[in-house]
Amino acid sequence: MRFARSSKGAWAARLLGPGALLAVAALPWIAGSYPVKLAQEILIWGIFAMSLDLLMGYAGMLSFGHSAFFGLGGYVAALALRGWSPSLASALVLPAVAAAVAGLVVGYLSIRVSGVYFIMLTLAFSQMFYAAAFNAAWLGASDGIPGIPRPRLPGLDLDRTEVFHLYVVAFFVATAVVLARVVRSPFGRVLRGIEDNERRMVAVGYAIDRFKLAAFVVAATLAGIAGSLEAQFNGYISPEALFWTTSGEVLLMVIIGGAGTLAGPVLGAAAFIGLQSLMSSYTEHWMLILGAAFIAFVLWAPEGLLGLVRRETERGT
Amino acid sequence: MLLFLLSVGLTLIFGMLGVVNLAHGSFYALGAYAGIAVVAFTQNFWLALCLGPLVVGGVGAAIERSCLRPLYGRGANAQVLLTFGFIYLFDDLIRWIWGAHVRTVPPPRALAGAVMLGPTRFPAYRLFVILFGLGVALLLWLLLERTRIGAVVRAGVWDAEMAAGLGVNVARVFTAVFAGGTGLAALAGVVAVPIQAAYPGMGVEILVRTLIVVVIGGLGSLPGSLAGSLILGQAETFGKAWLPDSSMFIIYGAMAAVLLLRPTGLCGRALR
Repeated sequence: MRFARSSKGAWAARLLGPGALLAVAALPWIAGSYPVKLAQEILIWGIFAMSLDLLMGYAGMLSFGHSAFFGLGGYVAALALRGWSPSLASALVLPAVAAAVAGLVVGYLSIRVSGVYFIMLTLAFSQMFYAAAFNAAWLGASDGIPGIPRPRLPGLDLDRTEVFHLYVVAFFVATAVVLARVVRSPFGRVLRGIEDNERRMVAVGYAIDRFKLAAFVVAATLAGIAGSLEAQFNGYISPEALFWTTSGEVLLMVIIGGAGTLAGPVLGAAAFIGLQSLMSSYTEHWMLILGAAFIAFVLWAPEGLLGLVRRETERGT
Repeated sequence: MLLFLLSVGLTLIFGMLGVVNLAHGSFYALGAYAGIAVVAFTQNFWLALCLGPLVVGGVGAAIERSCLRPLYGRGANAQVLLTFGFIYLFDDLIRWIWGAHVRTVPPPRALAGAVMLGPTRFPAYRLFVILFGLGVALLLWLLLERTRIGAVVRAGVWDAEMAAGLGVNVARVFTAVFAGGTGLAALAGVVAVPIQAAYPGMGVEILVRTLIVVVIGGLGSLPGSLAGSLILGQAETFGKAWLPDSSMFIIYGAMAAVLLLRPTGLCGRALR
């Protein structure tokens, strides 16, 4: 059923994505600095949320420790950009490699258990990262690392808002394209099969542990890149990025937007960050509204915002 | 002992309902603030100790009935996510009603002083908390092991379907256990206020420690949560003194190790 697509709705949806992306990319030339910053934050968290969704929505692995890789990417980028060289290698390659290696180790251990135990094990691992960063004087302990420069690329001045904006958009598009290919590949189909019925996939003859681990590593790598972007965006990184509530926030985005789709988590990130900035100017209690909305989604619309929209359009056609 | 009261509630709920209640810390915070409210109105700490858990347990029962029950068929993930949503809801509700500043309540007058324990002076209230925790542990043990209600609950933990087949109203037992578990969390909250004061975010902070206790002791095991809270309490105290930089890391590491090597914990038995 999930593979089925309504033909008319899909047409509109297919044009909607690139159109929205173009509008977002053009934002620095048409809007003020605040919406642009907001959009960048949404794109970065969108990458993070999409990476988690590969685990949650496709492979059915609910991780409460995804912040570990986000924060790790941020810290590695911070150290490399400050101490080594402000190059793309520091901003992209090193954080991605570090997160991939960490993902390999954590994933290798975590996929041995499932269900509630998987949730708690990933939580425990991410808290180990948090504890390590929180107590390490050379990582700035509880204050984190300030003054992270943006990388210097030939011909591009990333300190200019519109250049950095396009740089973030480029990362976002690259992530979306990669993930779209991954989930449509045979590998992605196997992940869906695992989510659907793990035992059946074993019976059919798949070494599901290998598939789960691969998904975990890919998700960790992308989360690391998102973390690095976040560090470049803010100019600092603190242990907060590693804390389990960060995992919780990104989880919220995925659920609100719609797990098991790629556009869903991005929509969720936009809803979360948009709501946060919109509400916080009117009321202090945006968390209350967000929590209530989240509960409502879990209860009545587990397919998320995107699923709601899709349901409506299908009814319409 | 506070950790014990919390983890017992959490482990009961998990053992019975198969739900890891991530909002458990928030029920604890809610209990603390409910206690403060009662003290503010009546100046009576003992009344707060009775009313706080009752009110919060009622809230827990309502949540179980309205929100958790529809999800039992949808697997553990949906339930965990739901309770996670309640963290946001409760934390903000507390901030809204009681404000963001730290609040505290003095211990009741009878326990305000100190007692001599051999050569050392010991705050009377802390001694009371220890004895109180032990008392609750004993009562719970009696309730679960020696009464008919306990037998029903244990039957439900062991095999809910079979218990239902034997004529137990499992749905009602589920609600009661969730109410009881959250009530215990609130009890811990009220007891904690004179020692640690109450602030928004106290729930999130204690949640992870409670999870560690329950994991180390064994999910769903009562003696396990007693042992686990003793171990964590000692580890934290001595860890801060001996290895201030790495104690937190080691404790989380221990949690991960237990989950990997012996997922049933110290005293757990194999669960579903």
